[in-house]
Amino acid sequence: MIVELGHFTLILALMVACVQMILPMIGAQTGRRSLMATAVPTAILQLILIGVSFAALTYAFVQSDFSLRIVVENSHTLKPMLYKISGVWGNHEGSLLLWVLILALFGASAALFGGNLPHKLRARVLSVQGSIGVAFLAFMILTSNPFERLTEPPFNGNDLNPLLQDPGLAFHPPFLYLGYVGMSMAFSFAIAALIEGRVDAAWGRWVRPWTLAAWVFLTIGIAMGSWWAYYELGWGGFWFWDPVENASFMPWLIATALLHSAIVVEKRESLKSWTMLLAILAFGFSLIGTFIVRSGVITSVHAFANDPERGVFILMILAVFMGGALMLYAARASTLESKGVFGLVSRETALVLNNLLLAVSCFVVFVGTIWPLVAEMLWQRKLSVGAPFFDAAFSPFIVLLALALPLGSILAWKRGKLGRSFGQLWGALVLAIALGALVFALQTGRSALGPVGAALGAWVVFGAVNDMWGRTGRGAVRFGRLLRLPRADWGRGFSHAGLGVTVFAVSAITAWQSEDIRVVQLGETFPLGAYMIRLDAVEDAPGPNYAAQIATMIIHANGQEVNRLYPEKRFYPVQGMPTTEAAIDQGFFRDIYLVLGDKQEVGGWAVRSYLKPFANWIWGGCLMMALGGFLSLSDRRHRVAAGARPTQGQPHEN
Amino acid sequence: MKIRDLSLFFKALVLILNLGVGAVAWAVQPDEILSDPALEARARSLSQELRCLVCRNENIDESHAELARDLRVLVRERLQDGDTDTEALAFITARYGEYVLLMPRATGANWVLYLAGPLMLIIGAGLAFLFVRRRSVAPDEAPLSVQDQAQLAGILAQAQKSELKDPPQ
Repeated sequence: MIVELGHFTLILALMVACVQMILPMIGAQTGRRSLMATAVPTAILQLILIGVSFAALTYAFVQSDFSLRIVVENSHTLKPMLYKISGVWGNHEGSLLLWVLILALFGASAALFGGNLPHKLRARVLSVQGSIGVAFLAFMILTSNPFERLTEPPFNGNDLNPLLQDPGLAFHPPFLYLGYVGMSMAFSFAIAALIEGRVDAAWGRWVRPWTLAAWVFLTIGIAMGSWWAYYELGWGGFWFWDPVENASFMPWLIATALLHSAIVVEKRESLKSWTMLLAILAFGFSLIGTFIVRSGVITSVHAFANDPERGVFILMILAVFMGGALMLYAARASTLESKGVFGLVSRETALVLNNLLLAVSCFVVFVGTIWPLVAEMLWQRKLSVGAPFFDAAFSPFIVLLALALPLGSILAWKRGKLGRSFGQLWGALVLAIALGALVFALQTGRSALGPVGAALGAWVVFGAVNDMWGRTGRGAVRFGRLLRLPRADWGRGFSHAGLGVTVFAVSAITAWQSEDIRVVQLGETFPLGAYMIRLDAVEDAPGPNYAAQIATMIIHANGQEVNRLYPEKRFYPVQGMPTTEAAIDQGFFRDIYLVLGDKQEVGGWAVRSYLKPFANWIWGGCLMMALGGFLSLSDRRHRVAAGARPTQGQPHEN
Repeated sequence: MKIRDLSLFFKALVLILNLGVGAVAWAVQPDEILSDPALEARARSLSQELRCLVCRNENIDESHAELARDLRVLVRERLQDGDTDTEALAFITARYGEYVLLMPRATGANWVLYLAGPLMLIIGAGLAFLFVRRRSVAPDEAPLSVQDQAQLAGILAQAQKSELKDPPQ
């Protein structure tokens, strides 16, 4: 009964989305307030309906209702409760339901907190948001219905893939989706503004908090996925350039560019049409990512043929939204003229450079991701584009970006002075080079990556510190002023420094990590860097829905015990699949990463151990970026704009 | 469970570990390692450029699949027989096709892949330069329209009001 209710509300949500798509737009075009006013209640109603539907599916998973096909395919009565709940989105249909739930969440938020928007703009934004809802709800109901029943329910389910039975599944997808789907807001704002033919500083200010919120979530989501891969896959890799990862990275790159160009729109009324294009593309890449992964087209052209229905449907959604948006853009972009005048050396130019580098790097990732598909379709050439290519093709852009960032962020608006701005950065430059030289002197290998990464990371971090310090003016009260700087300034400082930290950490771990693979007897001690590690015992232990072998390994340094770690091997009988659970001793400067392998016939166990310098700094840097975004989001400027009521201050609305 | 039914973002992880291919062995095993550290280091770096053919987007150095193990052993045999890195890669490519190379060769149509980025950067930089130069000689900006001014006044008034209520620290 509850399942039927969920199914029913899902269909009802589609109907409501149709109303939300059509009526407010007609109202905005014809100037009828009563029609425009339907946008807000329909957006809120849609959230409630999809929320009920989502709750019903969660209920089915919690109750292990094996009359539902996706519960059978992804759950099991013995599965721990956390994974029963997170298993709701650990499959195709359920993850789409989460997708539309978050879409509706953004729509309803825009309806509730968009009180300061002009009525017409709000009606159009919600209408476009509704049309995305129509497309995806129809996709779900027609091709991927989560509420499909089985005529003969089995006694138990097939269990969830063991790799997904991890707390990571509970948090990673929701955050990623909040970011992914959040890009739909920027898209809706762009389409609404293009229809209206009016883009001004106010538009830049309205769209920025939504983009910023989506960007913060996307940053956290990507970082969590990377961290999850790091500890779950058993050898401590943190980024694989997999098509699925690229699918989330491309919207991130475009969204980062969009955040920066929206500043130019807001402050200088320039770069308008480019910003529109970025807003369209950010969501376009979210859709492309959905298409790439959902259709399976990147794995193989043949996977597409296996399930043409879903693939073609998403391709149609992509074609309609991107084709329509880009045509509208082509027709209207010329009417958006830039107002601001600025010199060749100015903050505006620096932000144009930022956008150029981010957009082209995204293009490189995109071409690399789809190249195997293109080569196979056009030339029947079956080839791979993997991590070595992306590392080589993408890194130069990040290096250029990091080099330009400290200088660009302190150039003055309109007309900057290169020499003067550079003069402020002498300290940062000298410190960065000194640090690079120190690292070069200290390191044992001959790799240039470590020193260069350290210098580059330090340059960005010191540049960010210098940027903030430079805003405090002169005199003795600078420290006091530092604390009173607007949160947007703190946000910028944190985000930029976070990028520096991540750049440094990635080079550091790549250059300096050490690995040890060997057979270890029980009681034997082996060295790992400056540490001595002893394999004490390996014991069998049952888990809730798996059997495990748990090793006890003791880490010593200078004769002192540092930590005891318990790496595991697990076997999940329902899926017939073994997994390795690495054990990690996390430290500020290094992680010790231990993996238990197979028992050897000659006695002893295969053991892999890694020393990973600065591992936590990778995600620490990402969190700094996200925190910076959050600080900027909480700045007074945004709160003022968000809290403002439509008053007589907006006489042009009717 | 059908592969495509897996969730969007986990598909990669799952395929990386390559379910369904025999018993899970391990990435580099202790018994595979060559006694000569220089040769072993070369083998490791070569392994990172070769794709595990039955996995998705995973190199043979990290792969758990049996086939990846065979390839790792093959690479080591070739190196021990005195092959250079290029020769070893060529040998394996001849056997398994260019699909095995994670860094595609810059031949034929692949030039598009390699040149797409630099070309786009040049074109983009050119357009950006033209735009920036046009902005630097453009006539100065028009004053705010009446509507904009009214709106600005509204927002400023609101800001002042909220500032009175909630003074910045």
